[in-house]
Formats: sequence, structure tokens, C-alpha cells
Amino acid sequence: MSDERINIPYRGTPEQESELAELIAKYKGTKSPLIPVLEQAQDIFGYLPEKVLKIISEELQVSLAKIYGVVTFYSFFSLYPKGKYNISVCLGTACYVKGSGQIYDKLQSVLGITGGQCTEDGKFSLEACRCIGACGLAPVMTVNGEVHGRLTADMVDGILAQYE
Amino acid sequence: MITIDQLQEIKEKNQDIVNFRKEHAERGNGKYRSHVLVCAGTGCTSSGSQKIADKLEEEIKAAGLEEEVCVIRTGCHGLCALGPVMIIYPEAAFYSNMELEHVPEIVSEHLVKGNVVTKYLYQETVTEDGIISMNQTNFYKPQNRVALRNCGVINPECIDEYIGTGGYQALAKVLTTMSREDVVKCITDSGLRGRGGGGFPTGKKWQFAMGGEPGVQKYVCCNADEGDPGAFMDRSVLEGDPHVVFEAMAIAGYVIGADQGYIYVRAEYPIAVDRLNIALAQAREYGLLGKNIFGTGFDFDIDLRLGAGAFVCGEETALMTSIEGNRGEPRPRPPFPAVKGLFGQPTILNNVETWANIPQIILKGAEWFASMGTEKSRGTKVFALGGKINNVGLVEIPMGTTLREVVENIGGGIPGGKKFKAAQTGGPSGGCISLENYDVPIDYDNLVSIGSMMGSGGLIVMDEDDCMVDIAKFFLEFTVDESCGKCTPCRIGTKRLLELLNKITDGKAEMEDLDRMVDLCNLIKENSLCALGQTAPNPVLSTYKYFKDEYIAHVKDKKCPAGKCKNLVSYHIDAEKCIGCGLCKKNCPGDAITGEKKQPHEIDTAKCLKCGVCMSKCKKDAIYKA
Repeated sequence: MSDERINIPYRGTPEQESELAELIAKYKGTKSPLIPVLEQAQDIFGYLPEKVLKIISEELQVSLAKIYGVVTFYSFFSLYPKGKYNISVCLGTACYVKGSGQIYDKLQSVLGITGGQCTEDGKFSLEACRCIGACGLAPVMTVNGEVHGRLTADMVDGILAQYE
Repeated sequence: MITIDQLQEIKEKNQDIVNFRKEHAERGNGKYRSHVLVCAGTGCTSSGSQKIADKLEEEIKAAGLEEEVCVIRTGCHGLCALGPVMIIYPEAAFYSNMELEHVPEIVSEHLVKGNVVTKYLYQETVTEDGIISMNQTNFYKPQNRVALRNCGVINPECIDEYIGTGGYQALAKVLTTMSREDVVKCITDSGLRGRGGGGFPTGKKWQFAMGGEPGVQKYVCCNADEGDPGAFMDRSVLEGDPHVVFEAMAIAGYVIGADQGYIYVRAEYPIAVDRLNIALAQAREYGLLGKNIFGTGFDFDIDLRLGAGAFVCGEETALMTSIEGNRGEPRPRPPFPAVKGLFGQPTILNNVETWANIPQIILKGAEWFASMGTEKSRGTKVFALGGKINNVGLVEIPMGTTLREVVENIGGGIPGGKKFKAAQTGGPSGGCISLENYDVPIDYDNLVSIGSMMGSGGLIVMDEDDCMVDIAKFFLEFTVDESCGKCTPCRIGTKRLLELLNKITDGKAEMEDLDRMVDLCNLIKENSLCALGQTAPNPVLSTYKYFKDEYIAHVKDKKCPAGKCKNLVSYHIDAEKCIGCGLCKKNCPGDAITGEKKQPHEIDTAKCLKCGVCMSKCKKDAIYKA
């Protein structure tokens, strides 16, 4: 695990851990529980800390190597925490031909980060996604799931200001 | 568990309610005199339709109409470009571009006094002779809704409304009056082919999975991992009519002898997942899923599995590997899933739209379905229209409709009076259809013969401003990202192909690189393990076939004719037109523009970031690309 983004201290609370235990108990012994458990564990912790993966590995009797393989295969899983506001720019075809590439470039330069990174103050993280299906509003981006549509590069500053 | 008689009772109680949502419909025994149908699909929800529905309910209550008027949150109506949309029956008044501020007036005028507020209607429905229904408009008139028949009509969170439209009647008919062979014959005779892309005959697929020893565990799967960017047909069915998928899967379960189904749905579709969960609970409560359905001894249940963001999982073997809890890598076929599928057991897998056609085929017969479409592609197909087109949205048209009809008439043409250049179908596996094939009837075989494919139904329109090399590069970037890495031709081949394309768009390629590019395309096509790799070169090959001169312009003249490829364009100011207002200078993020007030400005091409902001800001059209 050479990626330095992963070397952040674990901050899981006892409540989160007992939620995780409940989750594992619910799925233990069912058919192919690994992916649903990982998905819901990420809901609990916001990302998948190494410690959580170790707990899942022991409880479900699946090797950590296999879990790491699965987690890194799917783009939905994250090994590091995201910003307080996670920005996701749609780079699906419909948005792309309507200029979402420029929106993405503008966000990278305004925030001073590249896609997949988080600003130093932990406030914004940026990622690209492939089609959220709001093609009627293209180009679109979401901030913590809230959709902003019919964007132009000019609107970026104003939208970010809403999340100050 | 409900019996077939009870199913009939629920149907009779609810059919007047759902039938009221048509033009000139009678109220019958329905409770409410007015039905307000607010679109709660993803598109309209993104533009605030939930708040509009809440506000409507609030205002209706304040007006004391809650016993007379109901608000229904439906699935997608199709015309996403005009969202949020809503329809009020019995007038069939189609309100578009709804805003919260419109709500009080619509309630007080339309719902209280009965005066349709025409200024908020979709203007095409307002004529000199009064308002017409949406079904008379250019967008809806050529459409024929089979898979989408309940989307935008029923409340997807209410199983009774689905039953009111004839829901679960096909399952009842199959379980009580048809043999397994009858069902397969009916599906085969209808000519239905898989709507997920490949177009394999559905009846044949089911037949393969019927055989084998009795008592063998089998599975029925639904592919709802709609990964093609710009495609949202399946999502709309799941959001608008989830039960139709359960009913169809149960029918398939009866045919092949499976008692368990799985729906593999993208986690990126939260509304669809919620509605599926609600619908599952309702179907189980009625015993329409579970043990001994209708008392016939047939057991069938369904579980949801969420995709975790891997495009390759839309490939059938990868999807099953993912349900099993692994990295979603495909495996070689044969053995086909009908022989050895999920957990190593015989499995059939169809896509959402395919499933959505099944109950209607059972109820209305194979001939009815086969009467629509072309000889080898029967029925209708749902397309998600997007990109440079006025009526962005969801359309369901008979197979055999031409692209011209779809773009010019249904789609309402291209914004800004720009010229049509190409339409992209089939996502990263498909290709671009150029003007020369504008009048080819769209069906499975025609699309393949012109170098594209049906795919799941995304149809993205491009105009003269789009560079076809850039589009090919866009799809290659997608494939490189999404290649699972299992086989070399796909993992390394697509990467090398992307490098070649970058060379071309950077103006560093030579003519020999174009031959190399075609050779590499063919190599990837012929040697990749699964459909993702086998079809990955299609966007390159089809754009090269129809827009060869654009490739050559990039290579020979080092020019991008559409002005898209950054490294091949430069921005300049026309000194004759520039009035020296300074707007460009002020907005330039790279400080590349200099000039005194009221004097012509200049762009330093070395500093220029080629972002195009100056051009969009200039009010005098003084900035041009060369």
C-alpha cells in the first residue's frame, strides 16, 4: 500500500464498529456476502479503512489479498476518505459533447487538485463519473449527490461558494 | 398469498384509476376527479421535481382539495429536456419546465377553477383550437410505448396500480394455462431479441436453459448494470415500472425451472434501487414472489445485487462473477451461462428492457409483437437521445425507424441551427453513424452492417463542432479505464491505441500511423476475451471509415477541422473587429491577452491555455480559432 493517501489515521467510532459487527452478523453464512458487506461498510465509515478490511477478512474468512483485489477493482470503493463535499463531474458522452471536459478542467484549476484528490483542508474532493443519467441537464456535476445542471465554466465559482 | 381471484379483484378496483390517465378518459369508479402526475425520474428529480410535488400537495391541501385531487410521483415521461414535467388529467394538460413559483397559480386556476394555465404548458400542445395532448406532438406521435407503457403513468411504489394495468396477469396465465414449451414457443415466435446489445433471440436463450436433469438448481438474472455513458433506458424502466421486471423473471423461472432470481443493478441509480426494494417488499407481501405463487406450487424469489462501478460487469460472465463476490472479470465462453452460469449452475440472463417486453407478449400474443418492427428485428426499441439535440430524452420507436426521423422529427433537430454530423450508438462498443446513412432503417443487422451496433440504446447526436477523432479518443479513454486487465489484447492493445490517437490529436502522427492504427484495431477485435475488448475499436474504426478526411487533416495538415483538439488550434483576435473593451483580457485565466483600452488586443499564443473563455466572452465575434 504505497499510496500515501491511505496512510491516514483510523478514526472509526465504537458506534460505527458495532454497526459493522451487526452488518457482518447479518450477512455471515449467506451466499457471496463480500461485496454487499463492503458496500455497506463504506456507507458506515465513508470509506474503507484498512482496519475495517481486516475485520471483514477475519469475520468472513476471506483473505485480505482477495478483499484488496475486489476493493481496487471497483471504482465505487475508496480506500481513503473523501472531502466534506465530494464533487463528481459527469464525463459521460452526452455531457462530454456538451463541454463537461471544460468544467472538469476548471474545477481542477480552481481547487488546485487533480481528479481523485482532496483539497488540503479536507473540504472538497473531485472525481469524474460516467453518466448519472441526467442527460437532459447536460453538462452536469454533483456535490454530495446534489445535481447541478446546464453548467458553464463560469458557474463553477458560484457553485463552490454555496458550499463554503 | 393472494389467489388469482383476488388478483382480479385488485385489478378491477384499480383499473379505473390508471385508465383515467389517458386522453378523454372516463372517471369510472376512481376516487379523484383530477390526477396530477409529476415526473419523479432521475432527470426531473435532478431539476427539482420532488419539491414541486411536495409544494403541490401543500397547496392542494390548503385549497381543501385533498379528497378530490391526487398527486402521483411517476417514472420518466421521456421529454427530459423540458424537465421538470407534469401532466394533469382529465385535461391531459402537459406542463413543462415547471418551477416552484408556478405551483400556486396552477392549483388556484387549473385545479380549483378548471382553467388550464396555458402559458406554463409545453407550447407545442397549445394550438388555436385549444390544447392537444402530448401524444399529438412531434416528440410523442411517432412513438409506440411497449416496454415503457407504464412509465409516467403509474405510481411505481404502488403494486395495486401495476395490477390495475393488467400486471401479474401474464404470470397468472403462464402458471395456470401454459406449459413451459408453450411459453418458449410464444417468445420465440414473437421474434424478441435481447435488448442489451447483442440481439440474441430471447426464446432460443431460454430454450437452451430448459434442459438438464430435473431438480438441478438454476438461476434467472436481470442485467441492470447499464454502463454505456448516455444510456438510461433501463434505469427508467426500473424507476417507472419495477414490477414488470419481477413478473417477467418469474415467468422465465417457471420455464427453465429456477426458483431464484438476481437483479444486478448499478449503485449509481439510487432512485431505481429504492423503488426496486419497495416493489420487492410489496410483491412478497402479496405472495407474487415467494413460495407457492397463486397456489400453483411454483416458488420464485428475487434478490438485488448492487454493481460497484465497473463497466465490464455489464458483460454477462463478468456480471455473474461479480454476483459471486469476486473481481468482475469475464471468462471464456463456452460453456455458455445456459449450461454453466451463476455459481456454476444453468442460468439465463436478460437485460431490463428485454424483460419489460415479456408480459405483454404473453398477454397479447406473439403475432401482435411480431407485427411491429422489421423482418429480423421485431417490436420496438427504447433509445436515450442525448447530446446536440433539442428534445433530449427517452423515446420508444418501432424498429426500422430511420435516424433522420429520430433526429429531425422526434428529436426536434439540432440546437442553434447547426448541422448534423454523426450519431453515436452502442456506447464504447458502438460506432458513429454519418449523414450518408441517415435514412437507413435502424435495426440490429443494419447497424452492424454500417459499423455500429444497437447497444443498449444510447443515441448521442453530434454536430459540426465535434471532432470525430476526439470522440474516438474519448471512447478509447473510457475503455482503457474500464478494461479489467485479464487479457492482453484489451489491456495493452487499447492503451497503445489510445497513444496512437493522442499522437494524432497532438499533430505528431505520420500517415503510417493510420495504417498501424487500423492493424491494431483488428488485432484487438479478433483476440480479446470478451465483448468489451472485441468491440473497443469500433468507435475508432467507424469514425475512420466515415470521417477519414478528418484523420488525414490531423496527420497531414496538422489541423483539427472542428477546432476541438487543443494542440492543433490557436486563438487569434481580428484587429478589425476588436473594439478594445478588455472583456477577454479580464477573463483570461492565463494572462495571455494584452492591449490598451479601446485598442485592438492580442493573444500571446505561447501563454494561451486554449480554454476558449475569451471567445465565449467576446461580444464582437472578434476572436477566432485557426
